[in-house]
Amino acid sequence: MKATKYDDGTITYPGHPVGPDGGEPIEEIDLSEFTAEVVTWTTSTATPLGVRAPNHLAIVEFEVEGQPVRAIGQCTEPVEIGQTVRPVYVDELREPGAGIREPESQEWDGYRFEPV
Amino acid sequence: MDSVAIIGASMTEFGKREGWLRDLLVEAGLACLEDAGVEGHDLDHLYVSNMASGEFEGQTGVMNMLAHDLGALPVYTQRVDQTSSSGGSGVYAACQSIASGASELTMLVGGEKMTHRSTEESTDVIASITHPVEYKHGVTLPSFAGLTARYYLDKYDAPRESLAKVAVKNHRNGVDNPHAQFQKEVDLETVLGSPIVADPLRLYDFCPITDGSAALLFCPEEVASEYTDDYVVVSGVAGATDTHVVHERLDPSVMGGVVESGRQAFQMAGLEPDEIDVAELHDMFTILEFLQSEGLGFFEQGEGWKAIEEGRTDRDGELPVNTSGGLKSKGHPLGASGVAQVYEIYKQLIGDAGPRQVEAETGLTCNVGGFGNCVSTTIMEAGR
Repeated sequence: MKATKYDDGTITYPGHPVGPDGGEPIEEIDLSEFTAEVVTWTTSTATPLGVRAPNHLAIVEFEVEGQPVRAIGQCTEPVEIGQTVRPVYVDELREPGAGIREPESQEWDGYRFEPV
Repeated sequence: MDSVAIIGASMTEFGKREGWLRDLLVEAGLACLEDAGVEGHDLDHLYVSNMASGEFEGQTGVMNMLAHDLGALPVYTQRVDQTSSSGGSGVYAACQSIASGASELTMLVGGEKMTHRSTEESTDVIASITHPVEYKHGVTLPSFAGLTARYYLDKYDAPRESLAKVAVKNHRNGVDNPHAQFQKEVDLETVLGSPIVADPLRLYDFCPITDGSAALLFCPEEVASEYTDDYVVVSGVAGATDTHVVHERLDPSVMGGVVESGRQAFQMAGLEPDEIDVAELHDMFTILEFLQSEGLGFFEQGEGWKAIEEGRTDRDGELPVNTSGGLKSKGHPLGASGVAQVYEIYKQLIGDAGPRQVEAETGLTCNVGGFGNCVSTTIMEAGR
């Protein structure tokens, strides 16, 4: 779960070839070592092919080097706004190839958020 | 830009249709030509707004297909894809073609054929617009809506019922639209008791999956009266883009593309939000009507929900919103929706909206792609 720091000090997850203010990427920061706070959440029951149902999802906010860095992801269980969570590794978040996207075009492992 | 007029419009019935995309585009295209009394071979440019004909139907090259079927050869033609805002960006492209002088007569036809796919398949085709870090988590457009609705209700202390009232209002409006997919009212209890799709949003907070097509005909304003006495003028049109990764936005309750495209369109038109008489907003999800009504400046940030509670956006309110029934009731055939929004404002401004008619000299449409990723705003005024 790699965030990208740019030469102007900004940090984003995921990283981009150019930062939000035009900065150049200079460093990767592993967010899996941090805890985060839930900004908002939903439980989706109408999920696409190859996705678990229900699918608990949250936007969370990490604090990295004094600035907020947000991420979206599945949760291990229902969460609440303001709750503290930590990333836990999952080797397959949804079934590759079940949906429209070419399986080889992206990674399918990642991190779910678990209440601390 | 030189002034652009809309001199003809049409739309098919929206809903579950037997025909395929080709049939729908031809139906709307021929009806639009007939509405303005012109022939296919009169067209200089022909734009087709469509998001995913290849993914849904295995049919690509739809602009070439339509140009041939309409007898419009050797017209210049182009498919415009901006996901759910393909229609609005097609309006922008059509206006530019006239304003630049490249075309004297441009037709835009938007359409999508979706209902032959299962809900799971359609959801996945639409979710394919997401970034890989979103897609691998099974994030869908409805789940973005659930995340945003919860954030909005919590941040602004808005009641859940206010979202349901958007669905009730737009279904009520759709009753009087013969082209709408759903022409029946729903009550608050039905909305609040429907199955959860993306908590806190329920089935009736979402638009349906729809087949349909709509078309518009554009020319320079100075020659519009040669075609018809009833035309409208596009006084402002603009588009803008927000982050591809939705969680990177500073405030989840603000759609930057709505704010920026609206600001530019108002500036171009020389109008203020309180000078708009009627609006069609992209209510793919009920929460989007609040976000757009605030982002466009109709209401203060965080107060869009109060407007629906007070009836200010009802058909007889100070700013009628979605007199067509909106995407919620009328349906949302992706590439057609932005075109059909303009169709409704065109009908309102020429006084041909039947039982849906409101008093209006100015109108606005806001067409949203993705979850606010790409947005087009168009402002129109009655021709004189």
